[in-house]
Amino acid sequence: MSGPVDGSVVHLVGAISLIQRFPALAGVDLEVRTGEIVLLRGPNGAGKSTLLRLCAGLAPLSNGVGSVLGHDLTVREQRRRVRRETGLLAHQTFLYDDLTVEENLRFWAAANRVDEGTIEPVLDRLALAGRLRDVKIAGLSAGQRRRASLAVMVSRRPKLWLLDEPHAGLDQAGRDFVDDLVKHAVGFGATVMIASHDVHRATDLATRTVTVAGGLVEDEGQDPPEDRADRSAASEHINPDGTDPDSTDPDGADPDATGPDGPGPGGEADSDSTEQEGDRDAS
Amino acid sequence: MLHDALLMAGKDLRIERGSRVVLGQILPFGALVLILFGLAISPDLTVLGTDRRSVLAQVSPGLFWMAVLFSALQALNRSFAVEAADGNLDGLKMAGLDPAGIFLGKAGTVTAQLLVLEILLGAGAFLIYGAPLDSVILLVVTVLFATTSITSAGTLYAALGSGLRVRDTLVPLLVLPVLAPVLLAATLATDAAVFGPAGDGWSWALLLAVFALLYVGIGMLAFGPIMEET
Amino acid sequence: MNDTTSSRATRVLGIAALVSLAFSLSFGLIFSPPEVFQADSVRLMYIHLPSVAVAYSCFAVTLLGSIIYLRNGSTFWDLLAGAAGEIGVLFTAFLLISGSLWGKPTWGVYWQWDPRLTSTAVMFIMYIGYLVVRRLELPPDVRSRRAAVLGIVSFVNVIIVHYSVQWWRGLHQGQTIGIDTQLDGLMLFSLFLGLVSFLVVGSWLLVHRFRIAWLEHQLSAQGMERAIAERRAEGGFGLSGSGA
Repeated sequence: MSGPVDGSVVHLVGAISLIQRFPALAGVDLEVRTGEIVLLRGPNGAGKSTLLRLCAGLAPLSNGVGSVLGHDLTVREQRRRVRRETGLLAHQTFLYDDLTVEENLRFWAAANRVDEGTIEPVLDRLALAGRLRDVKIAGLSAGQRRRASLAVMVSRRPKLWLLDEPHAGLDQAGRDFVDDLVKHAVGFGATVMIASHDVHRATDLATRTVTVAGGLVEDEGQDPPEDRADRSAASEHINPDGTDPDSTDPDGADPDATGPDGPGPGGEADSDSTEQEGDRDAS
Repeated sequence: MLHDALLMAGKDLRIERGSRVVLGQILPFGALVLILFGLAISPDLTVLGTDRRSVLAQVSPGLFWMAVLFSALQALNRSFAVEAADGNLDGLKMAGLDPAGIFLGKAGTVTAQLLVLEILLGAGAFLIYGAPLDSVILLVVTVLFATTSITSAGTLYAALGSGLRVRDTLVPLLVLPVLAPVLLAATLATDAAVFGPAGDGWSWALLLAVFALLYVGIGMLAFGPIMEET
Repeated sequence: MNDTTSSRATRVLGIAALVSLAFSLSFGLIFSPPEVFQADSVRLMYIHLPSVAVAYSCFAVTLLGSIIYLRNGSTFWDLLAGAAGEIGVLFTAFLLISGSLWGKPTWGVYWQWDPRLTSTAVMFIMYIGYLVVRRLELPPDVRSRRAAVLGIVSFVNVIIVHYSVQWWRGLHQGQTIGIDTQLDGLMLFSLFLGLVSFLVVGSWLLVHRFRIAWLEHQLSAQGMERAIAERRAEGGFGLSGSGA
């Protein structure tokens, strides 16, 4: 058995994670080092969210070797430390519907033992400081909830950021802000893992891309150069003047968006990415 | 632990202030149960040889505690529905809150809510069923310990059902048999406090105290293993 | 693993169960005399009291297994606790039925607010709840942990319910409902035989129930390998990693 090397933030060998009785992760090998921004791509149901939850210490490590930030995921005490030191932006917001934005942030700040003073600037930057501050979460739009959830996560100052579809449901400014946050966090020594279907944006941000499918991880390393060129050309085609690619996506009625099964055997990265665009829009 | 308990309790009370589910829905529900009991057991029925006291007044302590039990199930359900709404239990785990603190906070809030409900329902029962009152101290002690027993055992079992699609139906099945002795002791102690002689009720109040301590202890210990993975 | 849940030891146990049951039946029904007050209905006692012993022993095993499981996560003790819970519920049902059958000729009704009958009924429902939790759709270890907590707490509750109900009836009636029973030597012997045979039958059932659970556990572990292989195949690049 190989242990994590120095500078290793996520170290998984043959990691299996069972959700109910279903092997959502079926033997993942993954190594993430400090300061990396790793993009996880893959079709719906590939296991991206479970992989992030495993790294957060929430999904069980049913078999295999796994350590995060040097803490062994199989040991209960150490898993608790993993939870404290990581930040998860999940599909679920972890917010209380009947509390206002500010009350939620104050509660979670106290729960996370964060100084309440730090939430003001975060509220400001996420455009939650004005009228929205005193609105109940139940009265917010999906994108606004996501901002509030992000605010809670950021205020935790985690060492490992686990972002599940961070761009989904956010407007242009919100997406830019997410990207800025990620770069900023890495500048301060954090490590980031992003699961995203917004390939254009996320690949620009990421230092490495990893494909998840069938509960396994395929490390692509740096994208092949010709692939990358193709993609940026495509991106210019879709997005000539810097508007939100998703709002003007010509593939809106994407014939590729056939189903959740993702690429067939030997599916190429390129056809892959268009398919995920379709997926993303559908959600 | 105390920090986490107060934090959770403060949060739950703030949620109640914002939503008024306990005050606006569960309290009227409890009152309704009391009234329906009155309809089910005719107020005109009397027992021979007991100063023509009506059967309804005679059994009012038991009916009162049944109404409290039903209301408590609702309040507990609400207390955990709040956490289940958007994965908040995961958030609590990520924050690393002390499970015993979470238990105390949630049980404490439901206790406070239930006490308010009992005072109002009790006043109602007093008026509706026309019961006298013999010993106030015994009544207060009984209410305090019985309520703590109900909420601590209830919170423990509600947590056992948390994160399940069948929670609504499972929790009453698990918690009501456990609360059978509490219902028994609370009814008998209240009976003694209301109709006298109070002396008969103190041993039952003592049993309630033992039960409350036991379940607060078990809840604090067991919440960790239950919360660990969901 | 062979394709049966029996072994030489359990066959011996099974035969012992049959033989002791036969003895117990013949002594209980034929050789022992009717009782002075209860006449022939006293014979129900020869299965009723042994059922009590088996049910309580089973729940004690559930308690023990739950404690050990919570301490070291042993699958063996978890499954044993579950198996014992099931056998315990079975014998509790038996207990309730034989108790109310005895009640009919003795009290004139099938159900009385007798402390033992009442607390047994509550215990019965409590352990049904335990069995429900064991079947919940949860990750296996989460389910086992919740069941173990319940297995421990339920046993404590059984004691509380038992004494509080007894105390309740005691205060109200001055004495528990029941009839003084006078047992002669042969009757005591029949009771003893019943106790032995029921304990043997109970342990025989427990062993087999446990082995079924154990086989199911192993089967699901094998099924897991297939599920993992299927899951990997979904990805298209499998273990060899040929995609993209």
